[in-house]
Amino acid sequence: MTLAELWVQQLLNAVSIGSMYALLAIGLAMVFGILRLINFAHGDLLMVGAYVLIYAVAAGIPFWVAFLLSVAAAALLGVLMERLAYRPVRGQHEVVLLLTSFGVTMLLENSAILAFSPRTRPFPLPEALSGVYHVGHVVMSGIDLAALASALVLLVGLNLVVTRTKLGVSMRAAAEDLTAAHLVGIHLDRVVLAAFAIGSALAGVAGLLWAAKSGRVEPLMGFTPVLKAFVATVIGGLGSIGGAVLGGYLLGLAEVALQAVLPPGLTGYRDGFVFILLILVLLVRPHGLLGKAEGDRV
Amino acid sequence: MTAELVLEDVHVDYGGVAALKGVSLSVREGELVCLLGANGAGKSTTLRTISGLVRPRRGEVRFAGERLQALSPYQIVARGIVHCPEGRHIFGGLTVQENLMLGAVQRRDAAGVRRDLDWVLALFPDLAQRLKQRGATLSGGQQQMLAIARALMARPRILLLDEPSLGLAPVVVQTIFRVIRDLHRQGTTILLVEQNARQALAIADRGYVLESGRIVSSGTRAELEADVQIEKAYLGA
Ligand SMILES: Nc1ncnc2c1ncn2[C@@H]1O[C@H](COP(=O)(O)OP(=O)(O)O)[C@@H](O)[C@H]1O
Ligand SMILES: [Mg+2]
Repeated sequence: MTLAELWVQQLLNAVSIGSMYALLAIGLAMVFGILRLINFAHGDLLMVGAYVLIYAVAAGIPFWVAFLLSVAAAALLGVLMERLAYRPVRGQHEVVLLLTSFGVTMLLENSAILAFSPRTRPFPLPEALSGVYHVGHVVMSGIDLAALASALVLLVGLNLVVTRTKLGVSMRAAAEDLTAAHLVGIHLDRVVLAAFAIGSALAGVAGLLWAAKSGRVEPLMGFTPVLKAFVATVIGGLGSIGGAVLGGYLLGLAEVALQAVLPPGLTGYRDGFVFILLILVLLVRPHGLLGKAEGDRV
Repeated sequence: MTAELVLEDVHVDYGGVAALKGVSLSVREGELVCLLGANGAGKSTTLRTISGLVRPRRGEVRFAGERLQALSPYQIVARGIVHCPEGRHIFGGLTVQENLMLGAVQRRDAAGVRRDLDWVLALFPDLAQRLKQRGATLSGGQQQMLAIARALMARPRILLLDEPSLGLAPVVVQTIFRVIRDLHRQGTTILLVEQNARQALAIADRGYVLESGRIVSSGTRAELEADVQIEKAYLGA
């Protein structure tokens, strides 16, 4: 393998994993931006989405239809979370919101353990994605390609939504200044619901990529990815959608770089080093890379 | 029913501390009414109560005969009551154009919105050259113009303005007051909150004076200007 190929390979790995983090982080950032809620239950959306896919495929539904069902289920669950758990505590102290999200996480994970059993199941990877492609010495899996392609399509689509539609511009406005959003007449409930639906659908896609890559589906599978997505949003600037995307890809790069440069004995502690990087970023830019200092909010 | 705004015995608390203690006032269609008072008197709270940001503990807010206090802010905007808040509250990360379009977020009449966009840009030519700029890059005066222009994009039946001249250079203050006066002459109903009492009264039909959450004086421009107490306390003579 030439040096150039090595670089391309590592970059591909980083972008592939970064795409997942970015897709997952967007939902966290959208919701935090408007509600100041760190939705830890965001990780469970990907778990529920993955189970829906497993059951749908097992029921004989074609993979691509099952994929859409799974993403729709994640979006629906996100919307239900908002209506049933988060709306009643909206506007309360951030700690209350955080504790509520822990409650939702516990409820969902324990329900999943009861409903699906705690055992790990294989992810039903379709033929089309199980291939491995070689370009010179560079190796690329079908899943990596799917991650790149879906991130590209979804990020372009999301960008159109938040810049070209009334709903998207309203979402950014509400994240920036809730008082002003009320005063121009934005129907906040609708915007919040849309943020949950969109963010959760993206999490659904990220979750399937995650499950496909690891090959495993289990009730607690959401924990690690949501933590990483949280790190990504903090790096990028909590509440900024662009920041979440940037943070996701930077996190992917950092992980791959650490994996490459850490001595073999230390690669097991890679995530620890990632957190050190996070702390360094926050020391230099307390509000993240694209974040702004808090304005006054209602 | 004419579009009259009426507050009757409105009481508002912030966490048990009274900010308004029985405020009654009215603004009739086409009037420019100013609400004067020192810092902390409750002027902003009065406007925030009208626009639904805070709810009265007691009393009633009515517009065109309809009670508002059970409505959400977006529903109140839908009734044509538009509040341009103290401190401008423009969306700094959004472009000037996005800010203006958000002012019209509830409107469905695309042609009317385009016409009104031309209209507010003619009122504030400074904004016309800066449509693609982010709000945060504007000067303080331009931000205030944007805040007013954004409120006008909703085509308000009554405009609530909270200290639009605060912290601005004298020449910008002149521009703002001239625009407010012109809007009034063109028939817009306005409730204007100001500490700049002399200038506000000069363009108003009537006024109220608020002190520690109570209306302590009211009358036409001439009556208030002739009032010795007000002269001493607020007009700085
Ligand atoms: N969000 C708030 N929480 C607690 N007290 C407040 C709040 N906003 C205003 N107040 C208090 O209510 C009173 C009226 O304030 P305000 O309506 O802002 O006065 P004005 O606009 O006339 O300066 C003041 O004593 C102020 O300290
Ligand atoms: Mg005030």
